[in-house]
Amino acid sequence: MRMINRHPGRVSATLLGLLPFLLIMLIYSLASQERLADNPNDKLLPGLEQMTAAVDRMAFQEDRRSGDYLMWQDTTASLERLGLGIGIAALLALVVGILNGVLPLVRSNLAPLVSALSMVPPLAILPILFIVFGLGELSKVMLIVIGTAPIMMRDVAQRVRELPGEQLIKIQTLGANSWQVITRMALPQVLPRLIDAVRLSLGPAWLFLIAAEAIASTEGLGYRIFLVRRYLAMDVILPYVIWITILAIVIDQCLRFTNRRLFPWYNTGGH
Amino acid sequence: MSFITVRKLWKEYGDQVVLENLNLNVEQGEFCTLVGASGCGKSTFLKMLLGQESASRGELLLEGEAFPEEPDRNRGIVFQRYSVFPHLTVRQNVLMGLELEQKPWFGKLFGAARREALEQVDAMLESVGLGHSADKWPHELSGGMQQRLAIAQSLIMRPRVLLLDEPFGALDPGIRGDMHDLLLKLWQETGTTIFMVTHDLKEGFYLGTRLLVFDKVRNDPHNPQAFGATITYDLPIDQTDQNLYEDINNSVNQTARHQAA
Repeated sequence: MRMINRHPGRVSATLLGLLPFLLIMLIYSLASQERLADNPNDKLLPGLEQMTAAVDRMAFQEDRRSGDYLMWQDTTASLERLGLGIGIAALLALVVGILNGVLPLVRSNLAPLVSALSMVPPLAILPILFIVFGLGELSKVMLIVIGTAPIMMRDVAQRVRELPGEQLIKIQTLGANSWQVITRMALPQVLPRLIDAVRLSLGPAWLFLIAAEAIASTEGLGYRIFLVRRYLAMDVILPYVIWITILAIVIDQCLRFTNRRLFPWYNTGGH
Repeated sequence: MSFITVRKLWKEYGDQVVLENLNLNVEQGEFCTLVGASGCGKSTFLKMLLGQESASRGELLLEGEAFPEEPDRNRGIVFQRYSVFPHLTVRQNVLMGLELEQKPWFGKLFGAARREALEQVDAMLESVGLGHSADKWPHELSGGMQQRLAIAQSLIMRPRVLLLDEPFGALDPGIRGDMHDLLLKLWQETGTTIFMVTHDLKEGFYLGTRLLVFDKVRNDPHNPQAFGATITYDLPIDQTDQNLYEDINNSVNQTARHQAA
């Protein structure tokens, strides 16, 4: 039988999926054990013990200097920035994208600008943001907005234009004015697609968040990772990276679930 | 003065002539079927009636007035596909037109007004045979059911003209028969003027009151786009017989071959 026609069963598919994770863990623990056997104070590949101790220290004990639980403080600070940034970006994307998609006059006016903006490398203008908005929260949120909004705007506009032309004619024959075309045809059909666009933009959003925090911040997941790097504290960095990954997965799955619940027609082949 | 008047109508795209010298008078309540080979301008003519295209030359009048240049609530349309909104249930799809008309800003009805509108909607759904599917999503319906929905959605607006662009082209032959019966019933009940484009010459021969054949009188084998189509036969339906059917069929097929060459 050809390889392309061989499908795994349910159990073997799960096992195949788990295998790479187990392999990575195995290789890591072997390497870590070897290094720790040579030098019990080795910092580069900490074992499970050191990492649990670090998590315990960061997440479940008050910081000696500030009295805060650092990991939770970092998490809320980062999530706040991320949520604010991606929320503003999504809102902008919705407004600009729909206007671009529905109104030819706006499209001629704004589409070239949006295309040009989406080509600007956001990290290149980070210094400008720091100069203009200062080193506070605003510049970090703005970086996420600038980094993710233009692409989402283009995506939303594209989705609007992909709606069948027949629909646009049909709603006009039902007497709709331009406002109603937007609110009753374009907007409700684009919302689930916007959520998909947000899911795709979360990757870049995390990137910009951590970059901004690394450069100028006093708290946040990215800040902490770059701070403890000075002490080669891999026992903190690795759990933090895993924690960020878990957060990203949870947010992504929440959005997927929301999409399914709110728009039953979208996920069952209705578009 | 007739309901719809077409006088010396031409449609050209650059060098390509689609329609040439079209003349036609249609009375209110007529059911015209438009047949002809692909590319003979029947859909273009329908788009002009809809307001999606405008004439290059000549006049197209509705009760003596020029047709509006964009689609409006007086002219309903049913396309072959994509005429219903996938994000609305069957009932919401039909309700949409009433809501848009009564609420220009909000676009939704509430309370007593909504209940009243829903009564109308349910009666309409019942008459197209979708009474039991009111709460389904369009993608849960078969192709025939979706076309029933599209027709109901248009008819609830009581349009003065109903335009059908190959509405049954994608349906199984058996289903098509049911749809013909439904369409004739609705036409008799509402008295709407109907224009239907179809590929199926047979369909045109017994559905409606009038058959309009779009065909090219002149064909240039070296330049198929040099001449446009016009109405070559304009027949009342009850006067059609088998010989005539074959004549028209031959002529239309010949044009189709020229087009393809």
